[in-house]
Amino acid sequence: MIEVENLSKSYGPRQAIKNICFQVNKGEVVGFLGPNGAGKTTTMNILCCLIPASQGTARICGHDIFERSLQIRKIIGFLPETPPLYAEMTVAGFLAFAARIRLVPANKTAAAVDRVLEKCRIQDVRHRIIGRLSKGYQQRVGLAQAMIHDPQILILDEPTTGLDPIQIIEIRKLIKDLASSHTIILSSHILPEVTQICQRVIIINEGEIAAMDSLDGLTSAMRKSERLHLKTRNAPPGAAERLRQLRRVISVRPEDRGQFLIECELDSGLQDEVARLALEDRWGIVELKPVALTLEDIFLKLTTEEGGPHHETIPDHR
Amino acid sequence: MKQSLTIAKRELGSFFSSPVFYVVCAVFLIIHGFIFFNILNYFSLQSLQASQFQGMDAGFNLNEMVIEPSLQNMAVILLLIIPIITMRSFSEEKKSKTINLLLSSPIHLKEIVAGKFLACMAVVTVMLLLSSYSVLFLLAIGKPEIGPVASGYLGLWLMAGCYISAGVFASSLTDNQIIAAVVGFGFTLFMWIIGWGAQAAGPGFGELLKFLSLVDHLERFLKGIVDSSDAIYYLTFIVFGLFLTHRVLDSKRWR
Repeated sequence: MIEVENLSKSYGPRQAIKNICFQVNKGEVVGFLGPNGAGKTTTMNILCCLIPASQGTARICGHDIFERSLQIRKIIGFLPETPPLYAEMTVAGFLAFAARIRLVPANKTAAAVDRVLEKCRIQDVRHRIIGRLSKGYQQRVGLAQAMIHDPQILILDEPTTGLDPIQIIEIRKLIKDLASSHTIILSSHILPEVTQICQRVIIINEGEIAAMDSLDGLTSAMRKSERLHLKTRNAPPGAAERLRQLRRVISVRPEDRGQFLIECELDSGLQDEVARLALEDRWGIVELKPVALTLEDIFLKLTTEEGGPHHETIPDHR
Repeated sequence: MKQSLTIAKRELGSFFSSPVFYVVCAVFLIIHGFIFFNILNYFSLQSLQASQFQGMDAGFNLNEMVIEPSLQNMAVILLLIIPIITMRSFSEEKKSKTINLLLSSPIHLKEIVAGKFLACMAVVTVMLLLSSYSVLFLLAIGKPEIGPVASGYLGLWLMAGCYISAGVFASSLTDNQIIAAVVGFGFTLFMWIIGWGAQAAGPGFGELLKFLSLVDHLERFLKGIVDSSDAIYYLTFIVFGLFLTHRVLDSKRWR
C-alpha cells in the first residue's frame, strides 16, 4: 500500500533523513519510533505531500507522491505534529469545514461530523470554541479532522502528546479500533505506546532506519537475548534441528541457502558450540557473527537521549 | 471552484469573529466621514458665496466637487487599510500551522488562493457599501449624476482588488503578519507612485511607467468614463498578484 524507496531530505547542509526504504501493507499499523529530530516528522510530511523529498520517491496505492499528490491527498488522513486547528471556530464548525475541503459531499457532512465526534469522544464540547479547549481535547479534535473523510490511510504524528494517561488509553483504544479497517502509520518516542498499538515498528535514528521489526522480534530482543547469524555452504536439511538441541538456544530460524538466525540466552558463549558443531559435521562454515545492532542497544540509546518525564507518566499496561 | 467558496466562507467567519475587522472598519468610516463632511462644508460655503453673485453658481457640480474628491480620498485610506486586512490571510495560517490542513487536503492550490482573495474582497465590499451612505445623503439633498458615482465606485472596487491581490501575495511570503502588512503596503504604494518616474525616464519608458501606475487608471473611472483598457489593467494586476501567490505556495511542494 505504501512503498518508500531511498527517500532522502536535506535542509541545507543538514540531512534530515537518509535513504529510507520501507513498505507498509494494507491494514497494517506501523509505528515510527525515534528520539526528537530523528526524521519522523520529515518522513510523514513527505508522505502527505507537504514537502518534497530531495531524493528518492514513495508510492501510495500506486500513486507517486510527487506526480499524483492530489489523488494521494484524497485517501490520506493526516494529523500533523501541531494539530491544525482554527482557534476561533467551534469544534463542530471546524469539523464541518474539514469535511468540505476533504471533499465529503454536502449532504453527508453532518453525519461525518457526528461520527468523528462520537469516535473521538468530543460530543460534549462540540459547540465550544477550539481555542478555549484544553490541549488534550484539541489533540482529539485534530485526530477527528484526520478521519473525517474516512480515509484508507491514517498518518498520525505523535497522536498522544499532551494527553493525560486516561486519554492516552482512550486514544490507543481508538487507534486499535481503527486498525481493523485502516492502514495506519503513527510516530512516537514512547516505547510502550508503540509496542501496544503497532504490529510493526520502524526505529529511526539520526535520519536512518536503525531497525525494522515485528512486535515479536522487538519483544524477543527486549527479553535480553542474543542473536547469532550463521552462514554455511552446505548445511544438511536437519541442521536447524541439530542447532535447536544445543543448550541455551531459544530458537533457530532457517533463512535461505544454509543460513540460520540463532537466538540464544545472553552471554551463553554459544559461538564456540555452534562453530564446533558446524566443523564436526562439515557444514562448510562461511560466517558466524553476532547480529550487530540489537534493538536493545537502540533502545538504550533512545532512552538515554530522551530521558524525559514521559517515561514515568506513561502507565505500562502490559 | 466550490472549494474556494468554502474557504472564503470560513475566512469571512474568522474575519467577523475577530476584532480586527471591526476596528479597521470603524477607522475607515470615521476618516471617510470626516473627509466627506469637510469637502461638503467647503462646497456649500463656495456655492453660498457664488450665489450672492448672480449667475455664478452654474459651474458648481456635486459630482465634480464632492463625490470625486471624496472617492479619491477613499482610495488613499484603502491604500493604508487594506494591507491590515490582507496581512493575516496566509501569514496566520503559516504561524499556526493550519496551512498544513489546507495543503494536505485534496483541493487545488488555486482554490485556496482564490478563496482567500474572495474573502478579503467581500470584506472590502462591505466597507465600501457602508461608506456609500455619503452618496445616499447627497441623493437625498441634491441631484448628483448617478453614472459617474457608479463608475467611480466600480473603479475604486477594482483598485481595492489590486491592493488585496498585492497584500495576499505579501502575506504568502512570510509567517510574520507585520512584515506582510509592511511589504504589502510598500508594494501598493510603489505601484501608486510609479508614474512619478515618468519625467525622469524619458518619453517611451515614461509612458510605460505612467500606464503601470495604479492611480492614473482611477482618474477616468471617477470622471465617469469606463474604459476597457483601465478595467483590463486592474484585472491583469489582480490575476498577476494571485498568480505570484500561487507560485510562492506551490514552490513549497517542489523546492
